[in-house]
Amino acid sequence: MADQDHDTEHSHPGVGQYVEIGIILAVMTLLEVVIYESFDSGLSTAIGIPALLVLTILKFALVVMWFMHLRFDHHMFRRFFYVGIALALLVYGIVAANWFLGEQIGFCCT
Amino acid sequence: MATQTSDMAAPLPGSSDYEHATSLGLANDKLAIWGLIGSECLFFGALISTYLIYQGRTGDGPTPAAIFDIPFTSASTFILLMSSLGMVLALAAIQANEMRKFRAWILATALMGSTFLAGQIYEFSVFVAEGFKLTTSPFSSSFFVLTGFHGFHVAFGILMLVSLWIASMMGRIPQRLHTTVENVGLYWHFVDIVWIIIFTAVYLIPAATSAAAQ
Repeated sequence: MADQDHDTEHSHPGVGQYVEIGIILAVMTLLEVVIYESFDSGLSTAIGIPALLVLTILKFALVVMWFMHLRFDHHMFRRFFYVGIALALLVYGIVAANWFLGEQIGFCCT
Repeated sequence: MATQTSDMAAPLPGSSDYEHATSLGLANDKLAIWGLIGSECLFFGALISTYLIYQGRTGDGPTPAAIFDIPFTSASTFILLMSSLGMVLALAAIQANEMRKFRAWILATALMGSTFLAGQIYEFSVFVAEGFKLTTSPFSSSFFVLTGFHGFHVAFGILMLVSLWIASMMGRIPQRLHTTVENVGLYWHFVDIVWIIIFTAVYLIPAATSAAAQ
């Protein structure tokens, strides 16, 4: 019990770390805009889109792990979140499979 | 038994007794907010999936590249990200019992959220004026439903932040209620991470791919 309390209450980052994460998030957003603008200058979407996705995942993880304290809090909170994310991805998989497979066999989506 | 229950004072949220009132040793309200966030992942996952499926179905309406103002949306995104920073600084302030700082940061967070929301309303009004409406195409429908629901979530978050600020000004948010502030913060950060995905999946990538296709 004492360990759990320690996990949930006393391990959060300090103000300095929060500001550092905020600056990193701002720089990443700037990078995303630079990548988007580079498409006009001939940057290939095959390079630019994966780069945008990586930056998005990193920003997402930074906010979740540091600002939402998931890195420091009790594992039960993590489970709630991961189950939600897994279900959301499952929904996307099902919808996308239904859409693209249906389109191929002429079942739907015309 | 009934008398015993009614005689016992329920532990207050944030008090030391409150933390130990559950079999898991975790605060019920924090567990509930994580449960809400988990279910909201599914809700926004469904809306984002729908958008990704329909974003190429523009019909006679404008394409993402033609309609989106990326520099404007980038500025809105930056403001919402910084509001998340304001929220954690407000939480750090109340945990350190610095109530003036807490009130300043919570108000700043609400103001940044309001700026984001005002930007979204402006963006919607520009789109409608240009003929890009809810019923223009499957792309426009999925776009307005997704970003509109996100906007409602931001508006609800702003209401909670302003309520916290007013309650604090009235002396109703003592330091021991910092878990309440943390719970509101969790909701606010969730709204932020949903926008992080929307900014890339809804604005940047479709605008880039539709521009490349033209």
